[in-house]
Amino acid sequence: MNQTRTRSISLLFQLGGLALAVLFVTIILLLVDAQPMEAFRLIWEGATGNPTRIASVFVVWVPLLLVTCGLLATFTAGLWNIGIEGQITVGAIFTTGVMRLFLDTSISPVLVIIISMLAGMLGGALWAALAGILKTFGGVNEIFGGLGLNFIATALNIGLIFGAWSRPGIASMSGTEPFPEHFWLPTFQNFRLSLWSIGFAVLGLIIIYFLLQGTHFGLRLKAVGKGMKSAFRMGIPTWQHMMLSFVICGLFAGLTGAIQVTGVYHRLIPSISSGYGFMGLMIAMLINYQAIWLAPIALFFAALNIGGIQLPIVIKLDSALTGVLQGSLVLFILIMQGIKQRFVGKK
Amino acid sequence: MNVEFKNINKHFGPVHANVDINLNIQSGSIQGILGENGAGKSTLMKILSGFIQPDSGGIYLDGKAVLIDSPADAIKYGIGMLHQDPLDFPPMRLIENFIVGQRGGLVPSYKETIKEFKELQSRFGFSLNPEAYVDTLTVGERQQLEILRLLWMGASALILDEPTTGISAQQKEKLFAALKILAEQGKTIIFVSHKLEDVEILCSKVAILRKGYLVGEVPSPYDTDQLVEMMFGKVISLGDRNTVAQNDVVFELRDLFVEHYPLKIENVNFQLRSGEVIGLAGMEGSGQDVLLRACVGLLRPVSGKVIVKGKDLTNKNYLEFMQNEVSFLPASRLEEGLVPGLSLAEHFTIAGEEKKGLFIDKEYFREKAENMIDEYHIIGRSDSTVESLSGGNQQRAALALLKKSLSIILLEHPTRGLDIESAIYMWGKLKERCLQGCSIFFISGDLEEILQYSDRILVFFSGHVSPPLDAATTSLEQLGQLIGGKGWDQVFEIKENYESNANT
Repeated sequence: MNQTRTRSISLLFQLGGLALAVLFVTIILLLVDAQPMEAFRLIWEGATGNPTRIASVFVVWVPLLLVTCGLLATFTAGLWNIGIEGQITVGAIFTTGVMRLFLDTSISPVLVIIISMLAGMLGGALWAALAGILKTFGGVNEIFGGLGLNFIATALNIGLIFGAWSRPGIASMSGTEPFPEHFWLPTFQNFRLSLWSIGFAVLGLIIIYFLLQGTHFGLRLKAVGKGMKSAFRMGIPTWQHMMLSFVICGLFAGLTGAIQVTGVYHRLIPSISSGYGFMGLMIAMLINYQAIWLAPIALFFAALNIGGIQLPIVIKLDSALTGVLQGSLVLFILIMQGIKQRFVGKK
Repeated sequence: MNVEFKNINKHFGPVHANVDINLNIQSGSIQGILGENGAGKSTLMKILSGFIQPDSGGIYLDGKAVLIDSPADAIKYGIGMLHQDPLDFPPMRLIENFIVGQRGGLVPSYKETIKEFKELQSRFGFSLNPEAYVDTLTVGERQQLEILRLLWMGASALILDEPTTGISAQQKEKLFAALKILAEQGKTIIFVSHKLEDVEILCSKVAILRKGYLVGEVPSPYDTDQLVEMMFGKVISLGDRNTVAQNDVVFELRDLFVEHYPLKIENVNFQLRSGEVIGLAGMEGSGQDVLLRACVGLLRPVSGKVIVKGKDLTNKNYLEFMQNEVSFLPASRLEEGLVPGLSLAEHFTIAGEEKKGLFIDKEYFREKAENMIDEYHIIGRSDSTVESLSGGNQQRAALALLKKSLSIILLEHPTRGLDIESAIYMWGKLKERCLQGCSIFFISGDLEEILQYSDRILVFFSGHVSPPLDAATTSLEQLGQLIGGKGWDQVFEIKENYESNANT
């Protein structure tokens, strides 16, 4: 009984955070002379108004879900994998690179897609392992290492788009030459959405949930994250576990990049990671690193992203407003957790 | 300042930690608070120093009711608490630590503060260098710093929580002298301890707590047996010495040379036999902890060999030592021993050698944890996180987590902070293992514990290691002199004999 009480108090505080975030955004809207209700209605409409929009929400949901799955592995090991953006980008670069190799061959497109996606996962894992190596052997905090690697990945991406892989004659911000349609992940009817990518996302979530909740490896990872010295003394090889968590996260990030290339953009574009990595960090904090809440919260964030597109079109508000809402949501819910600990948790 | 507790009650969940406590402490007196672990001493002191608030009851200072909401509030009322672990900032200089708590003023005046600091410390015969960095100080010196800081901030009542743990005999003398001076000046001193001897020497009056109740107050002079009975409800003795050492060597150090600033430990030659218990005695920081860590691969020796059951494990890491049935139980339980945030069941899952498939058999490990909780009398549940357990129960858990099949256990201060009953229980469990051939290497600051449980003793003094002394023929006085650096000439005579015997 006590436990259910604690849980409902907890939920109450979370909802309080949500209310405060909405209030905060409402005040901002009032300050810029916009109609708050109209803006919220537009976001809702924008996300659910017609089947195309709903499909678009799921197109964003997939990468958000996958990167956050990966981030749960690094967060569990006590690591702040800021380098996630770079890992998505390098995943996309590897996928594009490998696919380009097979463009003019007679190998079956299905096989090419599979190989390129695996290459993308490998790329993400390598880039993540680099952050891990810098931390383990170079003493570079993963936040700084990851930040540096993000810049390098972005530079590499731009360099390829405007250099070696540029479209003949017209190198531009619109990216590389699109791949022929038979190299695309098959989409669902006429939507941009691929059932395959949904499948990957769901599978990834199931894997990460059981990995972290049910396996010995997951528990050891948690021990490393909560107390590295003690974990080592209990017989856990600590740096190896941290390295593995980086690699796992990199695999997820790489897969995300691969899906963006093969399933969404069908080419490499400069902002291929779309900031989903950073958004994943926010979602992970919001769900308090519990995989069980990941799917609905990621869906909510995806809906805000897509819904926000309507704002500039209809009422001349910048779509960044949904970003403000997402950010303030995380902040207010974290604040409420702090407040809860202060008043309820205090003994 | 006259400090009075009136009808203090405090619950932690189902535990009634303080039951209707009434205590009046006169200004100018040194009041002892005695009690075993979990008796409610710390709770009562935390209430007085503003860390926690009582459920009911109140505190009266010089007859006036006060509401102490935070430690900052407490110091405002003139109550300063000296914690068991110093709450200072190691990478900063002494004088900076000293100034940190100062109220007001944008730019601290170093010159003047240093002058005041020197004046203040000369009154107590302390000789701290205000420009030194705090992390170069010993525990005793940090304590002196903290006392000076609290006084400087205007404390007129001082609470000291187990202040004699981890400090040298000389530092203890200095501390006690300082406390007596303070009491003469009219300050109120509250001395919390479970060390009878210290309380008996220092305190003019002692209050005894047991299981949350104030059992009674006794004025000086004391009858030790009476105090023990009030603390524990019954008289206990440490039990008989017994030796189960056999002849086969399980662990050996050959010409080991370890360096760990500022200590150099050279030429350690030593053999541990199966079933044997070796105590490492010495003042804190004399090199025992350095040697122990070098024995399990947590510190790399400069030269020499570490041999476990005939296998050369020199320069191998701790995990390989574990695979060779060696285990190390460090003193800092929540930093190096147990993982905060994980439950007992999760600890048993990680430590367990069985059921190592991909997925965890949660039901199995929950049951295992519950069995161990029963067997080791741990107060807690299988889903309790380790940081929610009391210190003694954490130690029991750490002990319960040791693998069944171990050849050598190395322990740092196995009973530090435990009450006598828990300590006897710990040793009972360890001796059971010795019967099965397990050997034990342990550090302790408690000389009686060393003499009581060891077969042989290694004494440390600023990096020097004595040859193994036979515990049965060593007296407490002798050991006390050795750790203080006296009588080493004779020891080296023994050492030469020992080595020439070993060579022939």
